Formats: sequence, structure tokens, C-alpha cells
Amino acid sequence: MWTVTEDDLPNIAIGAGILGTGGGGNPYIGQLRARQAMRQWGPVTVLSPHELSDDARVICVGGIGAPTVGIEKVRDLQSYHALRAIEDFVGEKATALISNEIGGSNSVEPLIAAAKAGLPVVDADGMGRAFPEFQMKTFFVYGVPCCPMAVADEKGNSIVVRETISPVWAEKLARAATIQMGCVACYAVAPMTREQVIRTAVPNSLTLARNLGHAVQRARDAGHDPLEAILETCPGRILFTGKVVDVDRRTTSGFARGSLTIEGIDASHDQVMLIDFQNENLVARVDGQIVCTVPDLICAVTTDTGEPVTTELMRYGLRVAVLGFPAPELWSTPEGLAVAGPRAFGYDTDYVPLAV
Amino acid sequence: MFLGVDVGGTNTDAVLMDGRRLVGAAKVPTTIDVTSGIASAVSELLAQTGRTDSIEAVVVGTTHFTNALLERANLAPTAVMRLSLPATELLPPLVEWPDGLKNAIGGQTYMVGGGNEFDGREISPLNRQDIADAVRDMQARGIRAVAVSGVFSPVDPAHEDQAAAVIHGAAPDLRVCLSHQNGRIGLLERENAAALNACLGEVADSTIQGIERSLEMLGLNVPLFMSQNDGTLMDTSFARQFPVLTISSGPTNSMRGAAYLTGVTDGIVVDIGGTSTDVGALVRGFPRESAVAVELAGVRTNFRIPDVESIALGGGSVISQDPWSIGPESVGYRLTTDALAFGGDTMTATDCAVASGAARLGNPGRVAHLAPELVARATADVQARVETQVDRMKLSRDDVPVVLVGGGSILLGDSLSGASRLMRPEHADVANAIGAAIAQVSGQVERVYSLDSGTRDEAVADCTAAAIARATEAGADRATVEVVDVEEVPLTYVPSNATRVRVKAVGDIAPSALRRPQN
Repeated sequence: MWTVTEDDLPNIAIGAGILGTGGGGNPYIGQLRARQAMRQWGPVTVLSPHELSDDARVICVGGIGAPTVGIEKVRDLQSYHALRAIEDFVGEKATALISNEIGGSNSVEPLIAAAKAGLPVVDADGMGRAFPEFQMKTFFVYGVPCCPMAVADEKGNSIVVRETISPVWAEKLARAATIQMGCVACYAVAPMTREQVIRTAVPNSLTLARNLGHAVQRARDAGHDPLEAILETCPGRILFTGKVVDVDRRTTSGFARGSLTIEGIDASHDQVMLIDFQNENLVARVDGQIVCTVPDLICAVTTDTGEPVTTELMRYGLRVAVLGFPAPELWSTPEGLAVAGPRAFGYDTDYVPLAV
Repeated sequence: MFLGVDVGGTNTDAVLMDGRRLVGAAKVPTTIDVTSGIASAVSELLAQTGRTDSIEAVVVGTTHFTNALLERANLAPTAVMRLSLPATELLPPLVEWPDGLKNAIGGQTYMVGGGNEFDGREISPLNRQDIADAVRDMQARGIRAVAVSGVFSPVDPAHEDQAAAVIHGAAPDLRVCLSHQNGRIGLLERENAAALNACLGEVADSTIQGIERSLEMLGLNVPLFMSQNDGTLMDTSFARQFPVLTISSGPTNSMRGAAYLTGVTDGIVVDIGGTSTDVGALVRGFPRESAVAVELAGVRTNFRIPDVESIALGGGSVISQDPWSIGPESVGYRLTTDALAFGGDTMTATDCAVASGAARLGNPGRVAHLAPELVARATADVQARVETQVDRMKLSRDDVPVVLVGGGSILLGDSLSGASRLMRPEHADVANAIGAAIAQVSGQVERVYSLDSGTRDEAVADCTAAAIARATEAGADRATVEVVDVEEVPLTYVPSNATRVRVKAVGDIAPSALRRPQN
């Protein structure tokens, strides 16, 4: 058990940026909102899944909508409203909140609702990283129903999606309502039990994000190598070091897809890395040979400061180190790979776990 | 003829341009009050060229207004009013301003019903009663300026315009800044930009009046224009509304001057001064803009500013041998007294350039004793640092033309890796003032369009018309206005097909703007 305070937020942003694998979007607004919420309603307690009580009711909250709209009609307390809506619908009160993904603003969304509601958050999430699609959550892979699910806006409107035949359908219906709500909303999924959280959530993720950010900041302050600090905190390896020489972007069916070419320097001299992305980094190849794929984490950070670089900020000339981290165990099973393995993203290749 | 003045940190430069021809140039030290430095540069130039009758306009590049933010001096008591409720309440205006600056402007904020969705629908109707109440409160508090920001005002500015009308009706003397005229999508950053302009309005008024008065005393009764940071200019009434647009106008003037002197429209400009080197990119003749949010006096804004990177390397950079380093310390303006080649006892980057024969200045005999290995190492080091910086600014791996300007450009050899051509134009030491003198007038508009209610072509056409109108309003001759940049970015995760369009239009100064207003 620990307490998140305002001072932890910048570290969580860096850590969630690294674990966000190029996606998750700009954490700036989420950070500010979390800070304001904590100033207004106090810090938030973090419980490990095993610290939950036997009769715990854990509700997952997250944002839904368009990131570009979210920097204009900045979110308010929509996640709190969605939480109250789902509680009313199922007739149960939440005892803790949990994050759907540890990337971008979603990593701090539960902190905002939790501060307002006076609830703790669970040190776990539904991805252990970021993924582009709603159904790509370990909760749903391991049988937690995605419905009923509430979606709420800032005006006082909320809807409940009572039942759907798949998480994909739940997302489609929720998104249709979100557009009417002005493309910025939050959702809350019906409560999970302690047993469900322990069995289906990726543990330790908020702590890991905070520790990663803390390690990077400390290394910067002391003039040490931030890459080493990252790898000491989270086991993984440097896949490639180089200079970004080309970014090919295209927006198709609402996703930012594309590829990134990096020319090697130092240990990667004379080699070329190509990374495909769909919001998040999906597959990394060196000289045509696959070196890392989803669900393993492919993260680009600047070589000098260890700052994570999202795919939207990638540009020619950036010096980056590409780091690989093994996927959380829940993803490397046949059920996990069916939803978030390379084939789920249309690649005709099997998942080969990253050797560390 | 146009008279261009650029106020730099060290020198104030003035040039007189007759079309493409440089008629005269003057360089004087910058003064703390800015105005007297401008006056002495201009009077020296006039003494040299001996004529005032054919001068049509004066263009001044200075970042003096924005210095007031850093000093927190003379800022008007300013309020911010957001049109958004019930949205965005958790993050009120000025939420992350440094306390010192917030206190300096009074820090009063109001949130009222209003604002729009991304597709133009109203979040809620504009609450005129709450606006009127807020204005009464502002008057009671002695507030003299107000920034108004509506959610998605770049999509539909009507609520901001209507709020301005209510404010004007109730308090005609209150200076009003509307966010949709101040920035792009990104509520907090755009709102901050409007608030900064609002609180600087009075400083801009008095500075511009001071410059006008000193030009009049020199017999120059011609219109005054100010450089803005995209390499274009604005008339003084526009500059009073948007003083922050002058930020970073120095590097952009240099880049525009470099483009003008060489005819290069796409390439990299390297401006090596005494202490630092600015590297920027030209795209279609204009400085490339930074894509990321910029902080000004600790406030995050989404003002466009030029994408210029500086490194601490210049002609006066001090070389130390153990451990090896060139800069960041520099002898700066004391180069001609402190450097070895000028009889001083500090080894500078310039001394190595003289010793290698690359530069001919000072007394080469005084640097003859420098070891060839040391000179070679310094030369290679300078070259490599500039090459790395040029590479960082490029957009692709293709070689591009590179233009060298600034007094420190003697440090570089005749080739540069990554450069398809390396050019050192004549008069490169006053490229900044030339950039001011030749500037055109621009207008830029960014809006979000829902493609459910219109086609992409209609969206681009609407945005283009707005940009042309903005340029004309800023003093451009409608007949010469052309569109120099159109950017269209579809919004992700919006299945209803919304797109963000940004258009920039540029034209020559209108003849009507060259007639001095009678006031």
C-alpha cells in the first residue's frame, strides 16, 4: 500500500510514456487534471490486488473519444459520473478503482475519479502497456464481462450499455454515444471481484510506472545514463540505437498507422530498424528480420534524456534507443495472443517471446 | 524604399533597401530602452545615405514587449473569461501559471455557460447574464483587459464574438482579446496566449508610440510596421492587439534575410554569432514552425514560433584544453580586445580559424604559435557540431542547401556534410535587418471542420478565405495575396470524419497601408 501524491504524477507520466509503447497520447491534460483533483480532494491510496478485501468491488474507468478533441474540450469529472452511473445501475458501490491501461491519460483517469469519490485505486491495469483497441484488455480475455458499461459526459448525460455479444460491440455502441456527447467521454465497467482482479489484471503497473519515471529523473539529475536506469528498473534490453530517418504516417479508419525507419549508430552501426505502428508500436525489424512483436513492448526513448517518444512526436533526426520488454504473462498465453498477438494485428508471423 | 531595423541582444542593425538593392547599413549597440538604440541606428543610416524623402515605411523587429513578461513589469490588470460550462470546470483558466506572473496580472478568472462541440454544436447557450455580472465585477476590481476563450472557438467563433459585444456594451474601455484570434486548437494553450496578449497591450501601446515619436523626430513621417515571428510583418494596430507575435522575430528575420540574399526557398540557415549559433529551416521561403507547445515566461502556449535550435558555439567561444571544450563561455562583444588574434589572452574559436587560414582578421602573427593539432581539432569540432545541428533540423536524409550568416560564419570551412550547396551571401552580417525590411504581410487560420456537413474542398476553401481575410486585415494588398501553406490533418478516433485545416496566406504591403494615418 502506498499513497499517490501530486509529486508522483510527473514520474508516472514518464513511466506510463515508456510503457505506452508509442501510444497513449499526450499525458499533459490528464496530469493536470489529476493534480487539480488531488489538490481539491486529497491524495489517493494505492492497494496491491492482494490487499483488496474479500468483498471488494473494483470498477475500471477510462476515457473514450478523440485525443484531438480532448485537448480542446478538456475532460472534467466524466469518469466520476460514469462510476456513479454504473453503481446506480448494478446497485453496488465500488470499493476501489482500476485503470484500463498504463499509458497516456488513461493511466491517471482512475486517480481523478478516486480522489473525488474518496476511494483507493488498485496497483494494476488491464493491459500492462497501451493497446489501440478497446477489446484488448486482459480483463475481457480472461472472462470478465465488459457489460454493463456506463458512458458519461460533462453535461449530466449518461447511458448504460446493458449487454453486447462481444467487447467489440460494446465499444461500437459506446463510441456512437460518445460522438453525440461531443467526442469526449469516460466509461466505467461493472464491478470486478477481488478474485477477478487477481486472476485477470496485470499487477504492479502503477508502481512500475512511478519507479521508471523516478529512475529516469534520478539518472538525469545525477548525470547518469537514463537507459541503464530504465533497464535496472524493468528487465528488458536495448533492441537498437539510431537516428530516425523517415516517418511514414497515414490515418486509416480512425487509427494513426504508419512506419518508422531508424538508421543505426554505435552498436547498431550499418543496420536499419523498421517499426510498424498503429497508435502503438507493433513490430520491429532489423534489416528485414523481426526482432520484437506485440504483445512484447517496443518503446522508443531519446538516447540522451530517456524521454519516451510517442509516435505522433516522431520526426526525422531524433536520436532514439528502442527498448524491448517482455509482455506481461497474461498476454503470452494462447488466449492473450489471439487478441493481441501479431496475427491479431494482421501479421502472418508467430509470436516469439523476446529473450532478455 | 524600405527601412528595416532589427533589435538584437547585442546590436541594433538598420538597413535601407531599394527593391533588392542594399542602399546602406548601420550597426549600433542595443540600448536598454530599445527606442534610443533604434533612433541612433536610424539616424546613423540616414546620415550615411542622406535621404528620407523616398522612404515608404519603417519595419522594426524587436522582442521588447515580451521582455515585460519576464520582468513582470507594466502588465495590465487582466482577467480571463472562459465560455465552457458545464465543461472543463476541473481546469480553470490560469491553472498552471507561475504564481508571480498570475499575481502580476491579478489572476481573476470567470467561467460561464457557452462554447461549442468539435462539430459546431453548442455545449450550452451563451450565458449573457453571467458575462454582464462578470464585467461588473471586473470594473469593481479595476481590471483593464480581459481574455475571452470559448471551447472550440476555432470551429465557431460566434460565442466569443457575442461575448465581446456584451463586454464592449457594458465596459467600452476594457481591452478584449479573443482566443480564436490568438492560437490554435488546444484550449488551455490558446487561452494562455490570449491572456498574455491582453496583459501586454498597454506595454505594446507605449513602446510603439515611443518608436513612432523618435522616427518623427528624425523626420520620418512614414508608417511603422513590426516584424512578427513567422517572417512577415504587421501594422501597428495589429501589433498592439497581438504583441506576443513578436517573440523570436530576430532569428526569423535572419532567416528571411538569408533566403532573400541567396534566393534559397527550401534549406537550412545557420546564423553563427559571437556566443551562439541558431539553426533553422526554410520551407517555401518561410521559417518552419515548431510543432510542439512552447513555454513563454513559464506559461504554456501554442503560439506559432519558429523551429530554431540554438547551440552555445560562436566566434567568441572560449577554447579550453584540459578538459577539452569549446564554449559555452564566450568573450562575446569583447572579441576584438580579449581574443589572442586581437592581442588579448583568451583563446577563442576565432583564433583557431585565423591560425588555420580560414579567417583573415586580427593579427595572424599572434596565433602562429598554436599547435597545428590543436587548430585541427578545434576546426573539426566546430564543423562537427554545426553539422549535427544541421542534420537535426533537416526533414529527410537528402542533402539540402545551407546558408551561412552572422559574424561567426568564418569558423566553418568550405563544405559541410549534409549540404548540397554552402552559401555565404554578401551583407550576411545585417541579414536580420534586411529580413525586416523585405517582409510581407501574412494571415494564418486554423479550424476544425466536420465533413458530415460539407466536403473537404469546401473546408479548405473556407479556411483559405479566412486566411486571406486575415492577411488583408493585417495590411496586405489583396491583389498580391497568395496561399503559401495548406495543412490538413484528419482527427483520429473520430469516425464522423472531422478534419483540422490550417492555411497561411501572404501578400505585399497594401498601398493604403503605406499612407500614414492622420491622427
